[in-house]
Amino acid sequence: MKLFKLIILFAFVPFAGFAKLNVVATTTDFGSIAQEIGGEKIDLTTLSKPTEDPHFVDAKPSFIVKLNHADALIEGGAELEVGWLPPLIEGSRNAKLESGKPGRVSCAEGIALLEVPTTLDRSKGDIHAAGNPHFMTDPLNGKIVAAHIAKSFCQLDPKSCDYFNANLKKFNDRFDAKMAEWQKLLAPDQGKDVVSYHNSWPYFAKRFDLKMDIFLEPKPGIPPSPSHLAEVITKMKSGQIKVIIVQPYQNRKTAEAVASHAEAVVLDFPSFPGSMKDTKGYIDWMDFLVKSLAKGFQARK
Amino acid sequence: MRKFEAVNLEKFMKILKIIGWSSALCLSAMTLQAQETNEVGQFKKQLQQMQENFDKVTRAQQQQIEALTKKLDELTRTQLPPIAVAPVKTEEQKKLEAELATELAKDSTTNAASKSATQSSPLSAPWSASQPLTIARAGSAYMNISFDALMDAGWSTESDPSAQLQLGDHDPQKRGFSLRNAEIALDGAVDPYFKGFANIVLKLDNNNETDIELEETYLQSTSLPANLQLKAGQFFSAFGRNNPQHPHQWAFVDAPIISTRAFGPDGLRNIGTQLSWLAPTPFFTELSLGIFDGQGGTAHSFRNVGEDDGTGVNRFAGRATIDRNLRGPQDLLFTPRLASSFEVTDTQTLVGGLSGAFGPNDTGLHSRTEIYGADVYWKWKPANATEGFPFVSWQTEGIYRRFGAGSGADLMEPVQSENLRDWGAFSQVLWGFKPRWVTGIRGDYASGNSGQFDSSDAFRGERYRISPVLTFFPSEFSKVSLQYNHDHGEKFGTEHSVWIQLEFLLGAHGAHKF
Repeated sequence: MKLFKLIILFAFVPFAGFAKLNVVATTTDFGSIAQEIGGEKIDLTTLSKPTEDPHFVDAKPSFIVKLNHADALIEGGAELEVGWLPPLIEGSRNAKLESGKPGRVSCAEGIALLEVPTTLDRSKGDIHAAGNPHFMTDPLNGKIVAAHIAKSFCQLDPKSCDYFNANLKKFNDRFDAKMAEWQKLLAPDQGKDVVSYHNSWPYFAKRFDLKMDIFLEPKPGIPPSPSHLAEVITKMKSGQIKVIIVQPYQNRKTAEAVASHAEAVVLDFPSFPGSMKDTKGYIDWMDFLVKSLAKGFQARK
Repeated sequence: MRKFEAVNLEKFMKILKIIGWSSALCLSAMTLQAQETNEVGQFKKQLQQMQENFDKVTRAQQQQIEALTKKLDELTRTQLPPIAVAPVKTEEQKKLEAELATELAKDSTTNAASKSATQSSPLSAPWSASQPLTIARAGSAYMNISFDALMDAGWSTESDPSAQLQLGDHDPQKRGFSLRNAEIALDGAVDPYFKGFANIVLKLDNNNETDIELEETYLQSTSLPANLQLKAGQFFSAFGRNNPQHPHQWAFVDAPIISTRAFGPDGLRNIGTQLSWLAPTPFFTELSLGIFDGQGGTAHSFRNVGEDDGTGVNRFAGRATIDRNLRGPQDLLFTPRLASSFEVTDTQTLVGGLSGAFGPNDTGLHSRTEIYGADVYWKWKPANATEGFPFVSWQTEGIYRRFGAGSGADLMEPVQSENLRDWGAFSQVLWGFKPRWVTGIRGDYASGNSGQFDSSDAFRGERYRISPVLTFFPSEFSKVSLQYNHDHGEKFGTEHSVWIQLEFLLGAHGAHKF
C-alpha cells in the first residue's frame, strides 16, 4: 500500500512541480508582455498574427482546441475581439475562461479609454461603444497590462508568484529606463503633426504630445479618394507636415504618392510587436516606433 | 458531606467569577461608549473642516476652468487653420486630383489590401457582437438585439419561379420585388450556466401578407464538465455547413437545390436537444448528437404530413399521409455529426464533416428516412489581410437521402411502397478580391431514382444550376448582391433568373463562426 502511494506521488509530483500555465493571448502585444512575465513557467499561444487586423481574425476551429486547453486567456476587451472571440470561447467549453475568473484577463479593465462615443450612430462610420480599444500604443498602458497579467498568473500559480513578480520588476525597470529615453527623444517634436492612414494612434499621440488627426482616409473605413488626398496634401503643405506613418505591407503606395507631393517621408509603423524585424517584444516594438518617428522628424528638418 | 460543601464552594466561586467578569465587561463597554461619543464629535468637526476645504478648492478650480475655457475660446477663434475655410478648387488642385486618381487606380490593382490600416480606429470594428442599438448599449444590456432584412428584386424567364425554381423558403420567389427574410435576433447570457438565443423571422408571402415564424429559440450550456455542451429548444440541426446557417450568412441569395430536396424549403430545424463533445485530439474534432421531435414542415423528410391536395387529404411524395404520434423513442429524429478541422498551413484552414439524419416519415406506419451528408470547407487568407480581404474559400457538400415511401393512409387505394433515393451536391468558390468586394460561383446538381409520383413533385427529377454572384459590402452592416442562375431541369427545361439582394443590419452584429 505504501509503495502504491509512493508511486502515485511520484507519478503526479513531476506534473505538479513543472506544469506550465497554458496561456492564450489574442494579439502579440498582450502575448509578448505575458511571455516576459511568465517566462519559462508558461506556454504561450497567440491567436492573431502580428500583421493581421485584430478585428478580422477568423474564428478557426483550431483556436477552440487551444482555448479548451488554456489556463488563462489574455484579451484586449472593449470590443477589440468581439467579432470572433465569443464563438471560440463558447466552443471551448472551458470554465476557467469564464469572465470574472482569474484565468480571464481583460486588459482594457483599469485603463481610461479614449474616444468613448456619446451617441451610437453608425452613419458616422463603424464605432466602438466602449471607446478606442487600441490602447497598447500608449506605453504606460503596457505597464498597467503587465501588472494585470502578473496578478492573474500569481492567482493561477501561487507557487511561482515570486518568479512572476521578479519578472514584472525586471520588465518595469527596463520599461522605466526606456520610457525616459523615449520622452527625451520625442521632446523636441512635441505638438508636431503627423499624418496617418487611419485613426489608429490616438493613445500614442496623447502620450508623446503629438497631433495625429489628419488621415488619408476620408472617413474611418472608407478608402482614400483623390479629392480627399488633395485636401490632405494642401494641409500638409500649409502646415509644414512632413511625416506620414503607415502599416507595413499595406497602403504604402497611396502614402508615398501623397508624400511625394508634400515632400514628406513615409514611415513604417507596425501596429503589433513581431510584424517587423527587431520588434519582437513589446518594449522593442515601442522603441522601434519612437526611434523611427524621431528619425523621421530629423530627416525633414 | 465535606465533598458536598466543597462542590458548593466551587460553584459559589464560579458565580462570583462570572459576576466579576461581567461587571468588568459592563464597565469597559460604558467607557467605550463614552469614547465613542467623544470621537463622534471629533469626526463631525473634521468632516466639517474637510467639507469647507473641499468647497474652497472646487470654487477655485471652477474659476480656473472658466478662465482657461475663455482663453481657449479666444485662441481657437484667432487660430483657425486657413485650410479649414471653404475649399475652392483651383486648376492646380484639380490637376493634382486627377494625378492622384490614376495613382490610386494603380495602387488598388497592384495592392489588393489597399484599404485601411491593420489596426483600426474607434470607427472600424467590423463584426461587433456587442455593438448594439442605442437603447441597448454594450455591456449595460442583458441582451444583444439586432434586426436583419434581406430584400430581393429580380426577373426570371419562368413566370412563377416559386413553382419549380426557387424552392427555398427564403429565396426570392417571384418576379419583381420580394422580402423573404427579416429577422430579429436576440442573444445574451441567461445566468452563469446558460446562454440564450432567439431568431424571429418575418417575411412577406407571395401575396405580400406578413408571415411570422419562430425560427430558432434555444439555450446553450456554458459550463458542463468533460468537454460537453448541451443545446435545447428549437434550432437548426448541425447537418453540414449550409443547413445551420441563416440566409443572411449565405453567399448566395437562394438555398442549394439538394438542401431543399433533403430538408425542404425551411432547412432542417426542429424542437429538441443536442449534446456535443469536443474530443481531446490535438486538432479540432467535435462529435454531436441531436435528438428532435421530428414533426412538421421543418422536418420535411420525416414526420411531415405534407400539403393538402385540395380534397382535404394531406399528401407527401404522392401518398396520403398518416399523422403519426410518437410510439417510442425510435420515432424521434436523430442527427449525429462528426466535424474536424486542420490548419493546412499558416494561412489555410480546412474543415470537414460527416452528418446523418434518421427518423420515421408519415407515408406509412413503419416507413423511415435516412439522410447522409459530407461537407468540406477550405479557406485561404494571407497573413497581412486588410479587414479580412483578400481571401479565397471553397465549400462543397454532398447529400444522399433514402426516403422509404410507404403505402399511404388511403386503404381503399393503397399505393405501392418504394424507396425514393435522391442525391446531389453543390460546390462554391468565393473570392474576396479586394476589400468590400466578393465574387463567386456555385454549381448545383441533384438527381435521384424515379418514383411513382415524380410528375407532381417539384423536389424530384434531375436538375443542375450554375450561379455566378458579385457582392459589394458598403460597410459591415449592408450588402448588395447580384446573382444569375442558369437553371436546367428535366421537368422544366432551361430557365434564366437574375436576382439582386439588398441586406441591412441594425443593432448588434453577431460574431462570425468559421
